Amino acid sequence: MQMIGEFRNPELVKNLCRSISRVTTQKWKIMEICGGQTHSILHYGLDQLLPPEIELLHGPGCPVCVTPSQILELAFKIALQKDVIFCTFADMIRVPGEYRGSQTLDFYKVRAMGGDVRMVQSPLEAVNIAKNNPEKEVVFFAVGFETTTPVNALAVNEAEKLGLSNMFFLVSQVLVPPALEALLGSPDNQIQGVLAAGHVCSIMGTKPYVDLAEKYQVPCVITGFEPTDLLQGIYLCIKQMEDGRSEMENQYSRVVKSDGNFKAQELMQKYFQVKEQGWRGLGRIADSGYGFRNEYAHFDAEVKYQKLYESETRTPSCEFVCRSGEVLVGRLKPTDCEHFGKICNPSSPLGPTMVSTEGACAAYFKYRNQGRGINEA
Amino acid sequence: MCLGIPGKIISIELSSAEAPESSLAKVDFSGVTQNVRLDFVPEAKVGNFVLVHVGVALSVIDEDEALQTLQLLSDLGEFYNANDR
Amino acid sequence: MKLENCPIPQSGYSLITLAHGGGGLLSHRLFEQVFLPAFDNEYLRETHDGAVLPQIHGPLAITTDAHVVQPLVFPGGDIGTLAVCGSLNDLAMCGAEPKYLSMSFILEEGLPIEVLQKIVESIAKTARAEKVVIVTGDTKVVEKGRCEGMYISTTAIGEIKAPNKICPQQIQSGDVLILSSDIARHGMAVMSCRPGFQFESGITSDCGSLWPAVQALLQEKVQIHCLRDLTRGGLAAGATELSKASGFEFEVHEEQIPVQNNVRAACEIFGLDPIHVANEGCFLAVVAATDADRCVRILQAQNGTALARKIGFVTEAKGSAHVWIKGAFGQRRMLILPTGEQLPRIC
Repeated sequence: MQMIGEFRNPELVKNLCRSISRVTTQKWKIMEICGGQTHSILHYGLDQLLPPEIELLHGPGCPVCVTPSQILELAFKIALQKDVIFCTFADMIRVPGEYRGSQTLDFYKVRAMGGDVRMVQSPLEAVNIAKNNPEKEVVFFAVGFETTTPVNALAVNEAEKLGLSNMFFLVSQVLVPPALEALLGSPDNQIQGVLAAGHVCSIMGTKPYVDLAEKYQVPCVITGFEPTDLLQGIYLCIKQMEDGRSEMENQYSRVVKSDGNFKAQELMQKYFQVKEQGWRGLGRIADSGYGFRNEYAHFDAEVKYQKLYESETRTPSCEFVCRSGEVLVGRLKPTDCEHFGKICNPSSPLGPTMVSTEGACAAYFKYRNQGRGINEA
Repeated sequence: MCLGIPGKIISIELSSAEAPESSLAKVDFSGVTQNVRLDFVPEAKVGNFVLVHVGVALSVIDEDEALQTLQLLSDLGEFYNANDR
Repeated sequence: MKLENCPIPQSGYSLITLAHGGGGLLSHRLFEQVFLPAFDNEYLRETHDGAVLPQIHGPLAITTDAHVVQPLVFPGGDIGTLAVCGSLNDLAMCGAEPKYLSMSFILEEGLPIEVLQKIVESIAKTARAEKVVIVTGDTKVVEKGRCEGMYISTTAIGEIKAPNKICPQQIQSGDVLILSSDIARHGMAVMSCRPGFQFESGITSDCGSLWPAVQALLQEKVQIHCLRDLTRGGLAAGATELSKASGFEFEVHEEQIPVQNNVRAACEIFGLDPIHVANEGCFLAVVAATDADRCVRILQAQNGTALARKIGFVTEAKGSAHVWIKGAFGQRRMLILPTGEQLPRIC
């Protein structure tokens, strides 16, 4: 067993597509929450294999896309400080953001301007860099959903154990359920079924989705990331909708246990607490983020570099033009945006959904820009 | 939102320079090995599949559940083949 | 003269200093004791400002390349083999037999001379194996921090052996796309030694010369319409560029593209698609349909292209020209040129 190839078997994909066609009798709109799932669906062309009645809405589950522009601007300012080594996942490198109200930066440009920006594959690597560079201030851009937050916590834990006083975390950590509630509870909600993100649930367990399914009377199927996982999740979701049920179901049982991962939750709770959080495109949502607890404020880059934060001035920007907010909530299909492929493309993105490989716009551009006669960037 | 890759634990080091108070595993991903922290899955054993995200194992993968899922999907095929005849 | 006997370290210099680039005694010593013995040939021995070469009969092909790879030594090769093969491969893609190389070195102050010797030795070895002569060159030293160890810039001259022009404009509807080997090895081999991304895999770069394979095709008179080595941007970039330049649509069958298991696994870990990952010894051949099977057989009999196979075909474009990837489940998706370097992702 390899746990990957088996779940990409074309035979099983075919079986699932037949099952889906058999149970579908009417139009349904299903939202996959996670950007990784969006990427998989478009990469494998799974949406092309579904009956025309099924419409997939792409959710806000991309940490790169939802990181608020204020935090991004602060990140640029910190990264441009002398004596700072700024560590980030490579995913964030190309995300455009405002800088001092007049120019748009990304981390490539920050590097070109002299910032020491380093790509890391794990937050623990940033701690290692801090340990080896005691004369430098090392800042890790701790973005993530419930899946990555425990690992960020593990990195804080490591920094604490090592007694590092030069390690800081710029935190922008978000929680799925409150954002999903904001979507499901909105008066123009179109979501009839939800594919919940399997990896988030591997940490948090299935309980939050039992509650959501009941409260909003919407099927919530916890789903994995491989082609057969996604199709099976879609099948289970349609089956529920056709039967008039709205329950939590766990398609991804090989990874997700009902209680989630207690150790990970515990460590996350130790350093972080739930707080109001800004989501790029969605605005501020109560209890939808994880920030540092007060007793660990000395690790918080927002506190450490408070001065940079306060001196900032906001001016209206491209975000008024960019409709990524509507895309993130599934209200606007990327290809229906008037800017898509015209002034907005992966080389000159207007907003985060076009830049992140997980962003719905980038995924559509990468896999679906045909039919509109758009030239490559 | 979170790339998680399954890999098989080939060895476990209980305490190492890299992770003095935690166990570190060598995990095989179809011919590629990487060091993976086991802080969140202390129950993991050599031979187990774990789901790895940013260098840390988040979950021990339940092989029986995986096999059951695959069996269910391949049974679907037999069901259709039988019905098509 | 044997490199091990190089007196430079003995005279107190085990590291490159600014003085080695100053044109004085140390510069001469570096040339006479490191470069000349390794590359030794009649043109270099003249120690003149330029090389005067004999007349070549066929049309000439010329190409220039800069090499900045990090780390300098990676599994399966080093910046030296990369510099020689990279230039020769560019010539091979024009249907030219490589003849002469010119190389210039930019060295960073502080580079261990031992490292330079190792690279120079592998350049010499590769050049000898490929029967190409390094006829002229230059060395400069820059202050520490102004380059990462060493950069190499090469220019190569070759003689055209192809009976017809090999270029994107020769591509015709109905042509077959043939991939010379498995893909993505170079990119992943280099990534396996990048700080913060290390992994163990045994993946080695495919870095190697493509001329022997192309020469075999030319000798067997295969109707080659176009060739493209799939370096930066990988198969995706190569195919997209050819489709655009020729104005034809390409259809590529994903299932037919060979990728080693460990390379595929490394790509999974970093969220990369192998078709975007760099190669250094792999090319795409666009050949007349009638010659496709023969082309595959000839390549398969050659060293380094044993895995050659047909991966798709060329059709008339409806509207603007694109590359379509046909996936495992029968669906089609369009390929676009990547925006920049493909970055690993965690989400």
